[in-house]
This record gives sequence, C-alpha cells and structure tokens, in this order.
Amino acid sequence: MQAAIHIDSVHKHFGTVHALKGMSLTVEKGEFFGLLGPNGAGKSTLINIIAGLTRMDSGSVSVMGHDVVSHYRQSRQHLGVVPQELVYDPFFSVREILQIQAGYYGKGKNASAWIDALLEGLKLTDKADANMRALSGGMKRRVLIAQALVHKPDVVILDEPTAGVDVELRDSLWEFVKELHRDGHTIVLTTHYLEEAESLCQRIAIINHGRLIALDTKDALLARGVGKTSTVSVTLAEALLKIPEELASRIKCVDGERIEFILNRDTDTIISLIDGLRAVGAEILDLRTEDADLEDVFKEITGQ
Amino acid sequence: MNWEGMYTLFYKELKRFGKVALQTVMAPVVTALLYLLVFSHVMEEHVKVYENVSYTAFLIPGLMMMSIIQNAFANSSSSLIQSKVTGNIIFVLLAPLSYLEFYLAFLFASVVRGLVVGTGIFIVAMLFVSLPLHSALWLIMFALVSSAVLGTLGIIAGIWAEKFDHMAGFQNFIIMPLSFLSGVFYSIYSLPDFWQSVSRFNPFFYMIDGFRYGFFGVSDVAPLFSLLVVLSFWLLLAVFTLIILKKGYKLRD
Repeated sequence: MQAAIHIDSVHKHFGTVHALKGMSLTVEKGEFFGLLGPNGAGKSTLINIIAGLTRMDSGSVSVMGHDVVSHYRQSRQHLGVVPQELVYDPFFSVREILQIQAGYYGKGKNASAWIDALLEGLKLTDKADANMRALSGGMKRRVLIAQALVHKPDVVILDEPTAGVDVELRDSLWEFVKELHRDGHTIVLTTHYLEEAESLCQRIAIINHGRLIALDTKDALLARGVGKTSTVSVTLAEALLKIPEELASRIKCVDGERIEFILNRDTDTIISLIDGLRAVGAEILDLRTEDADLEDVFKEITGQ
Repeated sequence: MNWEGMYTLFYKELKRFGKVALQTVMAPVVTALLYLLVFSHVMEEHVKVYENVSYTAFLIPGLMMMSIIQNAFANSSSSLIQSKVTGNIIFVLLAPLSYLEFYLAFLFASVVRGLVVGTGIFIVAMLFVSLPLHSALWLIMFALVSSAVLGTLGIIAGIWAEKFDHMAGFQNFIIMPLSFLSGVFYSIYSLPDFWQSVSRFNPFFYMIDGFRYGFFGVSDVAPLFSLLVVLSFWLLLAVFTLIILKKGYKLRD
C-alpha cells in the first residue's frame, strides 16, 4: 500500500548543528500518527521538510507518493499543515483568508460551500466576516486548522495544535480532528501533551537529537515502560521528618503527607517499600500503584 | 503553471494595498502635490529647462515617475517584510506555487500600485497645469518597465531584510537617494560635468528622462537608449531574483 508520508535517510544541518541525522520513517495511509520529542529534537525541522518550508541536505521525502522536491505541486496538494505559531494576515477577514488559501491551491472558484462547512464545523460561522485581529487565540487556532483543510488534503499535520488552548477548546478541537480521521484523513500530530498522543495516536515515533529512537504502536511502547518501572503513591498519617536513606533515591516527589515513589520492578518490591516506611514509624493511610504512561516511556527513552 | 494560484496571490496583494488606500495611494499623491506646490512656487520664475516648457510642467512627470517607482518598491517590499516578521508568509510557501509564479504575482501587484499612484498624481496635477502629450506609448512603456524594476528591487529587499530596520536602510540609503538624484527636479545638463557622468550610472535617471520624453518629446538622452538601459537593468534584477527564489534564500532555509 502507498504510504501517506515516506521519509528516507534525511539529513539536515543548520550551520554546525546536525538537526536531522539520517531520519527514516513511514506514516501509513489513514493512520493517526504521533511525533514526539523534547524541544530541539528535530520535530519542527522534519515537518518543515515534509511541507517544503525547509530544504533537506540529503535524503528523500514523499507525500502520497509524490516527492516533496521534484513533484512539490502534487505533494503540497495532498498536504495540510497547521503551524505551531498563531500566524495570520492582519489585513483580511476569516472568510477572505480561507478563500485566498483555497485559491493558492487552484480551488478557489468552488470553495464557498466547503468554506461554509469548515466554518460550521469549527464553530466560526459567526466570525466569518470578522478581521483576524479581532479573534481570540482559540479562534485564530481554529482558523489555522480551517486553512490547512481548505484544499481538502489527504494528509494533515498538526504541529502542537493545542499549545496554549483552554480545556474546552482543546476537547472540541480533538473531536474535530477525530472526525477528520474517521473520514479517512491521515493525521500526524506533534504535541507536548503526552496524554493527548496516548489517547489519540495509533503509532508513535519518538525522536531525539535528530534521530528516531522509537517507533511503535502505542500499546507496544507502553508495554516497554510497564516492564521496567511503576509509580507508587503513598499517603501517610503525618509528614515524615526524615526520609529513610534506602528509599530516598526512589522518591519522585513529596507533597506533605503524600509521597510518590518510582520503583524498579526488577529490584524493588512494594513490601520492601512498606517495611522501609514502617521502620521509621510512618503510618500508611493509603497506597496506590500506577501503570507507566507514555510520559514515563518518553522520559525513559529520551533520558529526560 | 498554477494560474489560479498565481492570480490569487496577485489579487491578495492588490487587496492588501487597497484596504489601506489612504496610506498606499492617497498619501503619496498628496506628498507629490506638496512637492509640486513648493518647488513650482519657488523655482517657476528662475529655472527654465526646456524651451516652451514651464518648470511646473517639467516637474510633474518627474514627480509622477518618482512616486511610481517608490510605490512599486514599497508594495512588494513592505508586503514581504510584514509577512516574514508576522510569520504569515508560511501560507504562500506551503502552497503549490513555483518561484516564477511567486515572482510574477508580487511583480504585477507592484506595477499596478505604481501605476495607480502615478495616475492619481497626473489627474490631480492636471488641475494646476496643462501638460502636452507627445507619445502615450513611451509613457506607458517607461511606467511599466520602471515599476517592474522597482517591484523587483522590492522583492529582493523584502527577501533580504530580516527586520523593519533593514528595510528602512534599503529604502533610505538606496532607493531614496537614487530617485532624488535622478533628475526629478532638474535636467542633468544643469549639473557640473562630473555629476553629469555620475548621473549616467543611475538607472533611475533613464526612467525619469524617458518618461518625460513621453510628455514633451525632448529628453537628455535618446528614449530608446533609456528604455534599453531600464529593460537591461530589469532583466538583470529579474534573473537575480528568480535565482534567489529558486534557491529559497531566506525563505526556505
């Protein structure tokens, strides 16, 4: 089956910085794909190369089978990008911006109905004739999504779309994106909110220092984390004056009477933790264990 | 060719300056008229450049051309630097537009703005003094090619500049001196020999001299020669611009 995005041995330097070091990965058609990595990992550079905003030094990238350099017109027709920054042209209204964007792709003449549908879907209908400057941050974010979709691309890249967005808007945005995915769009998501990637993405790539360091299904990645560590949260009757020496290295955080421990499943047991606390006279009121989440996996893999 | 894409970018650039017409059209017209009022009042009785042509009449084509080229430059340069600084240039760069389409869209919009401002000055100036019209063809050719030159220079400046300060430098240290020292207010024959020779290296001089020929049928240099100089200059700049656009210089890092 043809891949939605195929990236092969991509290198990119910025001066002396080697931003991408032979990146290769494939996003299948119809996937909800997560691209994770700490700041400076190379996520934005990779997205910019896919979108044609940055030139790679070597390697190749294709979108729906079209090379992004030699067949950039076709590859860009298939790609919609929601940029991370809230950028907009202050001269125009929401509808004008969408009409112009559709025109760039040669689809301006018959775009009115689709633009109306996008405005409706993103709850922007009553702001259609408002100037971009008059919109709130959340509304501007929704316009960016509409701009990315106005030429009906097959593949949509969302670069941290919920950064700085309130919870209510975040939920409605995800509902919209899930609907796009159900309609057959391939979605590539980068986010700092790992719980978002965990709840939405089918496969996740983790990149760091310009290299792909993990690429697997969400379940397989989570299974990696579960195998090594677990978090244990203990609530005591009174805050401890002194933490036992043998437990100090396992502490994740202390909040008064509540202490979180990270235990290595190979070497630590919950019994030894309880014994250690009782040895210093602590009275345990509550104890909870948590499975590893994507954040744990991410931290473990990236060493953050 | 992505004709609709190119036309859309051109149309967007027209709408952009149309939405602030007070600043982009009316203001340059008023500025040119102020120059006309002041200089014609002070110099009318003292300076005679061509036989049977009053100084005020001599001044109008120069002011028209100066405004045409300054506004053609301002259109492409200000649009690009604003788009770069605010980041919305990304929407053009993401689109399936070639570097040639990008260039032509910005170029045509600059030419239109230059011509709109030039026409505005002409219409208002005609209220004060009647101008002869020797050849509309020469007028139109020089207006088109000259605004194309400055529209292209504006694209170069817009791509090169990283902040408004850079743009102000380009405008104030290159465009303004070249346009003011190009014979808008005088004939180069009124200058000492040395400065006459220097003026001949200023391509803006040929734009204004040729444009003036369209009105009066007299010029400091043969109009065909001036047109060839301006066309060659445009060709040179256009090739340079297309090369940097193709390379993605400062746009696609």
